[in-house]
Amino acid sequence: MDIQIALLLAQDGITNGAIYALLALALVLVFAVTRVIFIPQGEFVAYGALTLVMIQAGTVPATLWLLLGAGVLAAAVDARGALASGQKGRLAGVLAWNVGYPAVLAALLYGLPLATLALPLQVLLALLVVVPMGPLMYRLIYQPIAAAPVLILLIVSVAVHVGMVGLGLLFFGAEGSRTPAFSEARFELGPMLVNGQTIWVIAASIVLIVALYLFFGRTIYGKALRATAMNRNGARLMGISPALAGRLTFLLAALIGALSGVLIAPITTIYYDTGFLIGLKGFVAAIVGGLASYPIAAAGAVLVGLLEAFSSFWASAYKEVIVFTLIIPVLLWRSFTSHHVEEEE
Amino acid sequence: MNGMSVEMNVIGQTIDEAGKSAPGTPRTVLEVRDLCVAYGKVEALSNANLRVGEGQIVTVIGPNGAGKTTMLSAIMGLLESRGQVIFDGEAEYVPRVERMVARGMNLVPEKRELFAEMSVEDNLLLGAFQRYRSGKRDHAETMKEVYHLFPRLEERKAQLAGTLSGGERQMLAVGRALMAKPKLLMLDEPSLGLAPLIVREIFRIIGELRRRGVSILLVEQNARAALQVADYAYVLETGEISMEGPAKQLADDPRVIEAYLGLGGKHQDRLAA
Repeated sequence: MDIQIALLLAQDGITNGAIYALLALALVLVFAVTRVIFIPQGEFVAYGALTLVMIQAGTVPATLWLLLGAGVLAAAVDARGALASGQKGRLAGVLAWNVGYPAVLAALLYGLPLATLALPLQVLLALLVVVPMGPLMYRLIYQPIAAAPVLILLIVSVAVHVGMVGLGLLFFGAEGSRTPAFSEARFELGPMLVNGQTIWVIAASIVLIVALYLFFGRTIYGKALRATAMNRNGARLMGISPALAGRLTFLLAALIGALSGVLIAPITTIYYDTGFLIGLKGFVAAIVGGLASYPIAAAGAVLVGLLEAFSSFWASAYKEVIVFTLIIPVLLWRSFTSHHVEEEE
Repeated sequence: MNGMSVEMNVIGQTIDEAGKSAPGTPRTVLEVRDLCVAYGKVEALSNANLRVGEGQIVTVIGPNGAGKTTMLSAIMGLLESRGQVIFDGEAEYVPRVERMVARGMNLVPEKRELFAEMSVEDNLLLGAFQRYRSGKRDHAETMKEVYHLFPRLEERKAQLAGTLSGGERQMLAVGRALMAKPKLLMLDEPSLGLAPLIVREIFRIIGELRRRGVSILLVEQNARAALQVADYAYVLETGEISMEGPAKQLADDPRVIEAYLGLGGKHQDRLAA
């Protein structure tokens, strides 16, 4: 292997690592706030990418129907809750958010000439369709069982994952797709040829990580999420409801997932079930961080990306095996160095 | 830890001094009717009735395991209960924590429940979360008042809450609850596990809060200190309220003296004084 190939592989590894880092952060966040091991994180990657593909092809994305359906269900559940507790004033808001928003979005998608829109607008529309599914998913699936043990939440996560993959096949078909690159630019960097999309992925990841850092460090809502992660009871006593924290967390997780999908769609072919493997690699990175440390998870993600890139060169057939085997020494090392804390519930 | 003479009225609702010192009947802030809590088949609290008047300190004393914490948790909506909680003129049949906080009820729990890996200042800020959410953005001002009340917290505002001493933690827990500008502050064993000097300081602050018009429901095992500072008192034993009366009267009651204040005549003298 000469230096040029090594550099190329490193570039590949860091690009993928940046995406795994985003997903790892989302997984750590979701687990810390809601104790859910969020297996369907990867599905948001595929949904984001393939929704963009459909928009670029000029068709109304099928994911819109899922959003509408989930919205109507959530509206029914929330309306019943509002009526039962005698808060009729909340009905208007419940309907506007859960039904009004998807309806307006549907009108937009049917009215606009999707295929000829500028790329940033297409991306925005794709995110507007996919991201709200995060909080809806929390409302409909996780909120009713928020107090359940971690194992049950995990099993439910697996079910949600399987369901979403199935729906993905229905929505997008079995064919894989790619989107055109955000930028065709190429740069010479010493002996290395860097393509524009790589820069996009890395820059967008860094911007998103910095934005999340500021959100958690500077805003009261970000601090409220951290507080919920640290001490759920204490947070409730401040009026930070677990339901609010859960929905906000799932909104962020869905945004991170969908945006990751949009970013990598020009680099790799995305199939309806591609998300799972990508999400699992983010999960390996999150495990490196013990599902608790954001910086270690991000570093772990870059390590996973690099390991994957180099093993695909030396032992292409085994690259997944090598990446997932990383978990074993990491778990051994963590079990020797960290104190085991029994779950409270 | 001094500088308490500064006049402040941002925390809580100010009430004129005369209205409180007179033993008349102030407006009711909290009324609890026939509150029952059961853990499975075990009844932990049965038919508790209790009233807190505006600007009053009402204390609930009783032995360990009598159901004091259970009662506060049920009033706050942390536990399922039967009965009625009338807070600030509005009845709640199923109290829910977030709603109670939004309506001006705050609990400082026995375990403090601080956000250990956050700074003192962030802990205080989150105390104002519910107010912030409903559009009342006066937390900077309230924080100044809290720092006035607890100068120690201001000295340590950048420190992580988990590194504070026991007394400082209790101060932070109380300060954090005050950030919500409560109409009713419920304190669960605020003196538990603290050195005598700190306990005295905490009770001095409780008195100071009352002077500012905060109504307080105080649950204590330290019956002597609680009865000294309170206006009215209840005794809770094995899930039932067994005695009640003005705090001074209960402090002189032989049954209370025997069970909760110790037998030494010395104490009686001090209480009577």
